[in-house]
Amino acid sequence: MLKINNLHASIGDKAILKGINLEVKPGEVHAIMGPNGSGKSTLASVIAGKEEYEVTEGSILLENEDIEELAAEERAHKGVFLSFQYPVEIPGVSVTNFIKTAINATRKAKGLDDMPAKDMLKMIRDKSELLEIDRKFLSRSLNEGFSGGEKKRNEIFQMAMLEPKLAILDETDSGLDIDALRIVSNGVNKLKSKDNAVIVITHYQRLLDYIVPDFVHVLLNGKIVKSGGKELAHELEAKGYDWIKEEVNA
Amino acid sequence: MSLKEKLVSSFMAFEDTVDVNSSIHDIRTEAIKTFEAEGFPSKRQENWKYTSLNSILKQDYSVFPKSENALEFKDVKKYFIHEIDSYKIIFIDGKYSSHLSQTTHDGLDVCLMSAALSKPKYKVIIDNYFNKIATKDSLSSLNTAFSMEGAYINIPKNKLVDKPIQIIHFSTGNEAAMLLQPRNLIVVNENAHVQIIERHQSLTENPVLTNSVTEIFANKRAIVDYYKIQNDKPSASLIDSTFINQKQESLAKVHTFSFGGKLVRNNLEFYQNGERIDSTMKGITIIGDKQHVDHNTLVHHIEPNCESHQDYKGIFDDSSTGVFNGKVLVDKLAQKTNAFQANNNILISDKATINTKPQLEIFADDVKCSHGCTIGQLDDSAMFYLRSRGIPEKEAKALLMFAFSNTVLDSVKIPEIKNRITQIIANKLGVNIGFDL
Repeated sequence: MLKINNLHASIGDKAILKGINLEVKPGEVHAIMGPNGSGKSTLASVIAGKEEYEVTEGSILLENEDIEELAAEERAHKGVFLSFQYPVEIPGVSVTNFIKTAINATRKAKGLDDMPAKDMLKMIRDKSELLEIDRKFLSRSLNEGFSGGEKKRNEIFQMAMLEPKLAILDETDSGLDIDALRIVSNGVNKLKSKDNAVIVITHYQRLLDYIVPDFVHVLLNGKIVKSGGKELAHELEAKGYDWIKEEVNA
Repeated sequence: MSLKEKLVSSFMAFEDTVDVNSSIHDIRTEAIKTFEAEGFPSKRQENWKYTSLNSILKQDYSVFPKSENALEFKDVKKYFIHEIDSYKIIFIDGKYSSHLSQTTHDGLDVCLMSAALSKPKYKVIIDNYFNKIATKDSLSSLNTAFSMEGAYINIPKNKLVDKPIQIIHFSTGNEAAMLLQPRNLIVVNENAHVQIIERHQSLTENPVLTNSVTEIFANKRAIVDYYKIQNDKPSASLIDSTFINQKQESLAKVHTFSFGGKLVRNNLEFYQNGERIDSTMKGITIIGDKQHVDHNTLVHHIEPNCESHQDYKGIFDDSSTGVFNGKVLVDKLAQKTNAFQANNNILISDKATINTKPQLEIFADDVKCSHGCTIGQLDDSAMFYLRSRGIPEKEAKALLMFAFSNTVLDSVKIPEIKNRITQIIANKLGVNIGFDL
């Protein structure tokens, strides 16, 4: 599904990613952990196509196609989805209208007509139930005045509607209380299939109790320095990152 | 002969066509003298510093339309808010078009200025209101001197007008270049409500200059909701001067949507002559190419316990230029005034310019006045957010512009106008956004 080879990326003169290698297969859940400033969010943004970052070396392959030259929307059309750590507020555009616009833009890119209104409504109803989202919520302006939890739930709602092949969840657990965390994780788990894949970026092991990863990677100073199974997350939770730093330095 | 000389000499010819014994003859004569003394405004004047009329004054404008031109409704339907039932006062090349209009005397006067200025039954209103609030600057004076035709609206006490009134001025290009000077008078009496939509629309590539003056009187507890839709051809220019006199507890709101034209100057002045008055002016300006839009506003707080709200949004692309000059004047007597002003701008291109100047002159000591102006670019992270959802760059920009303009659209009371404005914006940006806001 996703194959990242020796990826280097920088913003301005500052190198942030310094040779990332990562392979994600369909049906897998990968967790990327690491201390602040290690490059986790940058990796997410670079995969999704944020233009501020310059890829200086290496490649990103999605289903064997190099997507490095593609614009963010083209990557979205190919099935990349990024759940934002800080979703943007768009006053005057309702959640429903926004998601309709996004879905129909993707369909148009694929040469399809707009989704019939009836189908759209049904899909919105089904997916909002899945995430325990109130109908009133859907007519509110996108993210405007949303609580932290509402914003994250809305991100996962969009993911549910867009049905991506590769979903990257950037610190989706931050700002969530236990109930919201449970609802959001349940949603993600229900959306998981053998054909799609999820990358979970997080500081804490907590989220990984709900969304159980097949692989855990530790990102340190722009490189993946250690990979393992889900037990690695528990080890990090117990021991912090210092022991890994020592291992790397040794 | 310069345009000024031409106009001054045309006034003699104009006098031959009107009744020199009428009460407004003196007003006209006085006005042409003012114009002759002052001439057209120049950039040396403080409130014309960023707007030069030079390029549009070079044309050899016809001052009086020679022939009448007819239009079929189906050909100009798109310039109407045709989805709703409305009264219509329509002018073609400065002449009233009875064919396209739908006026009434059924409990309210929606008719013509030419009739009001000449018929005895309107004399009292004309004597009381005509040219009473318009400032005596050179351009308004020029309009006054030639004042002849336009909309005359008189809403009697306690009347809630059942449907909006549309005033549209078409120009057809019958003349190589044309100067139009419509003059509107709107009197809204005690407790009456009215909604008005105004538009100036050229149907030709020939240059048109419109120098329009509108006087609005909102008497005690009257509610006036006024919409100006400016989306004209690149060959058309507009100087619009609107003066609003408000009495106690009245509410007047003007929305100005400026999307087109070569040069647009909006002078919008509110005078609060009473207590507990609310004045609102809002605007969205979206222009490109070499277009120029200048908003020059004034709110004069004369008495205590009144409010004013200003919210202007501007989006400037290419080499377009914008001006916002917003003056709030609070007299010593006007205690407990609440006056708010905001002017937010986005520059899309490096060559676009906005000059924004809030001007607060406050002589009372117990007031709440605020102003803020911003100039920025479209937010990169917001763009990335939208694009990461599959929305292409152009549509994403459009969505952000809608979001940016939203506080202005929010207070539009007629949904069909809101739809039309979003359509115009979408067309202008070349996007087809499949959602309703």
